[in-house]
Amino acid sequence: MSSFLSQQVPLSWYLLLSAVLFSLGIVGFLIKRNLITVFMSIELMLNAVNLSFVTFARQWQFCDAAVQGCLLAQAHAVKGQIFVFFVMMVAAAEAAVGLAIIIAVFRARATLAVDRIDLMKL
Amino acid sequence: MHLILFIVFAALCLAGAINLLLQSHPINGALSLIVVMTSLAVLYLLLGAEFLAAAQIIVYAGAIMVLFTFVVMLLNAGREERTMGSRTWRAVGFPATAAVLAVIATVILKAQGLGVAKLSDGITSTADLSEVLFTELLLPFEVTSVLILIAILGAVALARHGHGDSDGKIERTAAK
Repeated sequence: MSSFLSQQVPLSWYLLLSAVLFSLGIVGFLIKRNLITVFMSIELMLNAVNLSFVTFARQWQFCDAAVQGCLLAQAHAVKGQIFVFFVMMVAAAEAAVGLAIIIAVFRARATLAVDRIDLMKL
Repeated sequence: MHLILFIVFAALCLAGAINLLLQSHPINGALSLIVVMTSLAVLYLLLGAEFLAAAQIIVYAGAIMVLFTFVVMLLNAGREERTMGSRTWRAVGFPATAAVLAVIATVILKAQGLGVAKLSDGITSTADLSEVLFTELLLPFEVTSVLILIAILGAVALARHGHGDSDGKIERTAAK
């Protein structure tokens, strides 16, 4: 049981996962032709970046209590997680406005294909 | 245990993200994105961020994805079609993204002094988080509430039928 609990995962694996998710988001953004799916790929990229923020916040928690500046480092760890919280709030606002824009575009053009929505004018 | 949980949920995450690319119907893409976000919440919990894991499920997998599926159903979005543009970007996008990924992966793998995560590390409690959020970062937090209010107003103004202006015109002509 103790060997079970002491199993470790290097933080670089989390960062690699985040990089791969971000790349998949870019690929989706480029190859998808549906406005809503393109928007979902952006959300995927935001999530990937959030994962790397949480990982780096975890990294700040590794410090020796005897070493000077350890308390400051732990404060950084908390702030890293709060940053993710702010990213989530901004993403929620962005999703609401973005989907409203998609609805407005659909009303004007009656299509969701990005190839046919290539003018700024509605 | 940490290793097993990481492998299982990282695999779920990647499978969901790849499925998002493979599916041609937006509703299937939205459902696979929910899988990605829920397994990311478990990974946050493994990294000791309990509040973020809850917020991830409530805000992302809950609120945002419900909005997405709602819009997909409202607009009755069908399958996407393959076009000239999609073929061009397929040819350009894959090598470019592979290059970006290679650069990022090299930087990560060469990084010195990255720690490890294990289950016995302990978690950052919501109390610790809120102590910083409501003292030192109170102003950014309050500014966020204004941002969300503006986003709500913007969403209502944009999604209203007839972009607001024509509605007024119809009413005015009716009054005459």
